[in-house]
Amino acid sequence: MAGATGPAASPPPAIPGGDASPDGDADPECVAPPSGDADPAGVAPPGGDARPHGDARPDGDSPHDDGRAESARRAVEAVWRIDSARIVGALARFTRDFALAEDVAQEAVTEALVAWAHGGVPRDPAGWLLTTARRRAIDSFRRRAALDERYARLARDLAEGKASSGARIPPAMSAESMPATSTSAAATFPAERGSSDGELPWDPDRVDDDVLALMFVACHPVLAPQARVALTLRVVGGLTSEEIARAFLVSTSTIQARITRAKKTIAAAGVPFALPPAEDRPARLGAVLSVLYVIFTEGSTATCGDDLLRADLAFEAIRLLRMLTALLPGEPEVQGLLALCELTAARFPARTGPDGEAVLLADQDRRRWDRAAIHRGLAALDRSSGAGRGLGPYGLQAAIAACHARAPSVAATDWEHVVLLYEALGRIAPSPVVELNRAVAVAMASGPLPALTIVDALAAGGKLDGSHLLPSVRGELLARLGRTTQARAELELAARRCGNGRERAVLLRKAARLTDGKAGPLTDGEQTDGRSLDRGHD
Amino acid sequence: MPKFMLIMRNTDESLKRMMETPFEEMLDKVGRFNEEMITAGILLAAEGLDDPSQGVVVDYEGETPLVTDGPYGETKELFGGFYLVQVASKDEAVEWARRMPTIPGAKCEIRRVPGIDEFPQDNEWVIRERAWRERTGQL
Repeated sequence: MAGATGPAASPPPAIPGGDASPDGDADPECVAPPSGDADPAGVAPPGGDARPHGDARPDGDSPHDDGRAESARRAVEAVWRIDSARIVGALARFTRDFALAEDVAQEAVTEALVAWAHGGVPRDPAGWLLTTARRRAIDSFRRRAALDERYARLARDLAEGKASSGARIPPAMSAESMPATSTSAAATFPAERGSSDGELPWDPDRVDDDVLALMFVACHPVLAPQARVALTLRVVGGLTSEEIARAFLVSTSTIQARITRAKKTIAAAGVPFALPPAEDRPARLGAVLSVLYVIFTEGSTATCGDDLLRADLAFEAIRLLRMLTALLPGEPEVQGLLALCELTAARFPARTGPDGEAVLLADQDRRRWDRAAIHRGLAALDRSSGAGRGLGPYGLQAAIAACHARAPSVAATDWEHVVLLYEALGRIAPSPVVELNRAVAVAMASGPLPALTIVDALAAGGKLDGSHLLPSVRGELLARLGRTTQARAELELAARRCGNGRERAVLLRKAARLTDGKAGPLTDGEQTDGRSLDRGHD
Repeated sequence: MPKFMLIMRNTDESLKRMMETPFEEMLDKVGRFNEEMITAGILLAAEGLDDPSQGVVVDYEGETPLVTDGPYGETKELFGGFYLVQVASKDEAVEWARRMPTIPGAKCEIRRVPGIDEFPQDNEWVIRERAWRERTGQL
C-alpha cells in the first residue's frame, strides 16, 4: 500500500507550513552537538580568504562555532544527497565537461561548509550550490581562456546566461556581478536569492535527461566496474567518499583515487555528456542496471562487517532504481530489477539470527518479511511484465523471488513454477549458477534424483570448480538420497572452499549432523536466500 | 532506514492566508512538491486534515471526558497534516521540510517514528500489532 512509489493521488496535505524561521536562523534540531566524528579538516575554510563577516573562523575553539560548522556539514550532506544528480547533471550540460562538472560541484560543497557555517543555510541550498559551482566553472574557463579562444567564448556565454542549460540565472547571479574569487561572494549571496518559492534552479524540461545522461556516463563501459560503482554512488546517489568507503570496507583515499581516475578516463576517452544514441541504448542501459545490481548485492551480502551500513547500501540501490523507474517507466528490465531488489530486501529482517548468523530461506520466519516491500516488488514486477516485451533476466529473477514472497512456507511454494522460471532464465542468460539453482528447484519439485543428474552434469562441465556452491548442493542432495558418506565428503569440501565464515559454519554443522547418523532431509530448501545461489547470470 | 513524520502546524493567521491562496495555485505548488518526494523514492504516506472548525475536541481534564466542537485550544498551533518519509538521516528529513511550499506563520515539526522492532517482541499486544502491520503492509 503506502509504498514510497505509491499513488501520487494522495490528497495534498492541508497546506504545509513551511520554514518560518528566517534563513540562517539555526534550527535547534539542526545544531545538535558534534557527535565526535566531526572532521575539523573537512570544515576548515580553504585558504586564508577574507570573508565579509569577519567573525570567528568555523575551526575556532568556541563550541558555538563547532556547532555551526557541524550543523552546516550536516545540511550540506543532506542537500547533496537529495540534489547531487541534478546539480552535477545541470553543470555537466552547461560546461559540456563531466569531469569539470564534478570538480566544481565538489568545490561548491567545500565552500558551502564554510559559508553556511557563517551565514546559515540559504533559502535555496541547491540553487546556491549550483550557482557557486557554475561560477567556479567560469573561473576555470577564464583561466583556460588565456590559452584558447574557445574557452573564452564558453566563459562569455556562461556569464551571459546563454549556456545550453536554459536554467534561469537571476541577474544577481550572473558572473559579472560576482568577484572572481568566490568565497566572499558566496557568503553574501544567500540573502539575495529570494526567488525560490518552489521554483527549481534547473530547467524542469531538461533535468530528467540530465540526470539520465549522468547515470549513463557514470556507468560508461570505458570505466572499470569498481569505478562505475563509486562514481554512481557519489554523483548520482550523493554519498560522500567517506560513506562509500565505509560501505565497501576500503579507505576513503582509495575511493577518492578511484573517482579521480574515473573522471580522467572519461575525459581521455572523450565520452560526451549526452544520452546514448538509440542503437547503443539497450547495451548502455544494461550497464547502468548491472552497476545498480552490484551495489544492491554488495549491500545485501552483508553477513560480516557492519551489517546495518550495508543494508543501507542495498537501500541506496533501491532508491536509485526508483529514480530510474521514474525516468524510464516503460523499460521492463528497470522495473524488473527494482522488483528483484524490493523482493530480496523484503527478506532482510528475517535473514540473520540473533547472533548475526545467516538464516537460510527455508528457516526464515516469514512473518518478519517486509510486506510493504513485497507489495512494492510485486507491483514493479507487474509493470515489468505489463510492458508486453516479456521478462528479461532481472524480471525473471524477480518472478522467482515473487514465488517465494507469495508462499506461506517452503513446502507451499510453487516449485514447478520456479523450475519453469529457471529454465526460462537459463535460456536467455545461461550460467552455471542459474543451472545449479534450477537443480535446487527441481529437487524441491520432483525429488533429489533428477536434481542430482543436473548437478553431476554441471560438475562434469567443470565450470564451478573451486566454488563451494556445487558441492554444498550436491552434498544436500546426496544426504536426501541417504548416501551419507558421500554427502559428508561433499559438505566438508564445500566448507573448505567457502570464504564466508558464517556460511562455513552452517555447512560444517550439516556435515556433523550426518556423522551422528541423522541422515535424511536436513532442511527443505537449500537456497541461501538469494545471496550466493541466486547470484545469477551477471 | 529511519522513518520521520513531518508534522504541519498552522496558525489562525497562516490558515487565513492559505484560504486566500487560489486553490489551483496551492494544488500546483503542493502537487509539485509531493511529486518531488515521490520521484526521490522517499515518501511513504501523506495526509492533510479538514478545516479545524469542523473538528471536535475531547478533553480528559474532568472525571468525564468533555466534548466540545471546534478547534483545539487557542488555535496558535493547529495540526494540519503530515508526511511520512523514509530517509537516511534527520538532516535529510529537515532538508525536505525546508523545501515545502510555505505559508508565513506556519511551522513544520520533524519527529522520528520508532519501528515496531523497538518494542518488546514478546509482548502479546506488540505481537498482535506486528501481525496487523504485516497483514496491511505497514511494517
